[in-house]
Amino acid sequence: MTGTLGKDLLGLESLTGDQIRLILDTAEPFKEISERAIKKVPALRGSTIVNLFFENSTRTRISFEFAEKRLSADTVNVSSTGSSVSKGETLVDTARNLEAMRIDMVVIRHSASGAAHFLAERIQSNVINAGDGTHEHPTQGLLDLLTLRDNLGDLRGRRVCICGDILHSRVARSNIWGLTKLGAEVAVCGPRSLLPNAIDEFGVQIFDRVEEAIEWAEALNVLRLQFERMTAGYIPSAREYNRVFGISRERLDRAPRDILILHPGPMNRGVEIDSDVADGPHSVILDQVTNGVAVRMAVLYLLAGGKPELAEAAKGGSGRGREDRE
Amino acid sequence: MATKSTTVLDARAVERTLKRMAVEIVELNGGTDDLVIVGIQRRGVQLADRLVKMIEGGEGVTVPEGSLDITLYRDDLQTVGPRPVVGPTNLPWELDGKHVVIVDDVLYTGRTVRAALDELADFGRPASISLAVLIDRGGRELPIHADVVGKKVEVADDERVDVLVAELDERTEVVIVPKSAA
Repeated sequence: MTGTLGKDLLGLESLTGDQIRLILDTAEPFKEISERAIKKVPALRGSTIVNLFFENSTRTRISFEFAEKRLSADTVNVSSTGSSVSKGETLVDTARNLEAMRIDMVVIRHSASGAAHFLAERIQSNVINAGDGTHEHPTQGLLDLLTLRDNLGDLRGRRVCICGDILHSRVARSNIWGLTKLGAEVAVCGPRSLLPNAIDEFGVQIFDRVEEAIEWAEALNVLRLQFERMTAGYIPSAREYNRVFGISRERLDRAPRDILILHPGPMNRGVEIDSDVADGPHSVILDQVTNGVAVRMAVLYLLAGGKPELAEAAKGGSGRGREDRE
Repeated sequence: MATKSTTVLDARAVERTLKRMAVEIVELNGGTDDLVIVGIQRRGVQLADRLVKMIEGGEGVTVPEGSLDITLYRDDLQTVGPRPVVGPTNLPWELDGKHVVIVDDVLYTGRTVRAALDELADFGRPASISLAVLIDRGGRELPIHADVVGKKVEVADDERVDVLVAELDERTEVVIVPKSAA
């Protein structure tokens, strides 16, 4: 087996291509567990996981919770409202108090970029980043990679364009890192006001017109316009955005090939993506959601347990590797 | 300490042994009705596949076949170092009321079988579960025994039994090798 993940999953930038492939390969058998009548395996029995969500989320939080429960972990959800966070307790104090109750893992979503790193350096539990500000959202990146791989096979040399609000998007960053590490060609497309200034440093192509992106790409990852993060007038109006950058059936009909459509959700239908595209035959948006549970199970499984000192103690006994035990 | 590998069964002996096991499996279950063969990842799956083909040859019936990966049911997941690779489980059959035969390559501590029993219970309630193994090397740590055994072998603690199958290993053979060998 090549490589492990280490203590935390904070982003895809710090992972190698092999580590990313290990997670995706591990996610494959986990897909089947969710198809069983009894959707549960005992792999994380006895582990306690805290889902620390300081920012709203439906999909990611529920997906993590399903992943944890299907691996038999015990889970607790903490959100900023209704907890001592609203009384002004700091992130580290909250986490240290949770750790004092003997937890094993923390899944954290926070509006501040770097919050997961900050926490990971200060607590002993495994930390999984479920989205930090505009920095990274590694499990979303991984589920996008898994969905692309399911449909396109090996991603080396495949052409993926990320469309829309790149500036505010942690999903875009995780995707760019992940895709490049797996050897895909990556482009971004959106209004210049919604591209980061340093976009050139990512080594991706830039399309100013969505028609060019459609001409080039085999898959489009259409991002949500994050109105809640737009502190200034980045675009004239949602309607104007749809007219110039929206992914519509008419635009896709002019493509030289069928284009796979991804969207991390929640969608603004009629803004960045039209309904007949979102619900169309080449949309894999719901497959992404299904894959999200499998990918998160894989990450939890790979990070949990596996403490080296215990492995050392177990050596010579019967329970090391399956190969050894037989 | 053993330094070189010893062949226990060559390809033809494996074939002969499996043929006898196939007959015994059918006898044990009083026919092929409600029989389901389940191979344990990894080598057990190929052996199960061959047994199903042999039963088909002898009885003219193709019995349902599934595969089981027991990694997530292991009792040592909290202690192993690098996380073991998880393989696919494929059990598309209703198991309630069926006679399930678990097939594995080597029976040693019995912990793999214990895990397989737990996992099968999550898929249904078979009428019976029995165990068929190509090699029984002794050294049980749990009260588990095989119903159909290909061959019993004496193996020292510092040795390991490797079952090679042509489907994965380019040749079929059962060998005893020193444990330190990769």
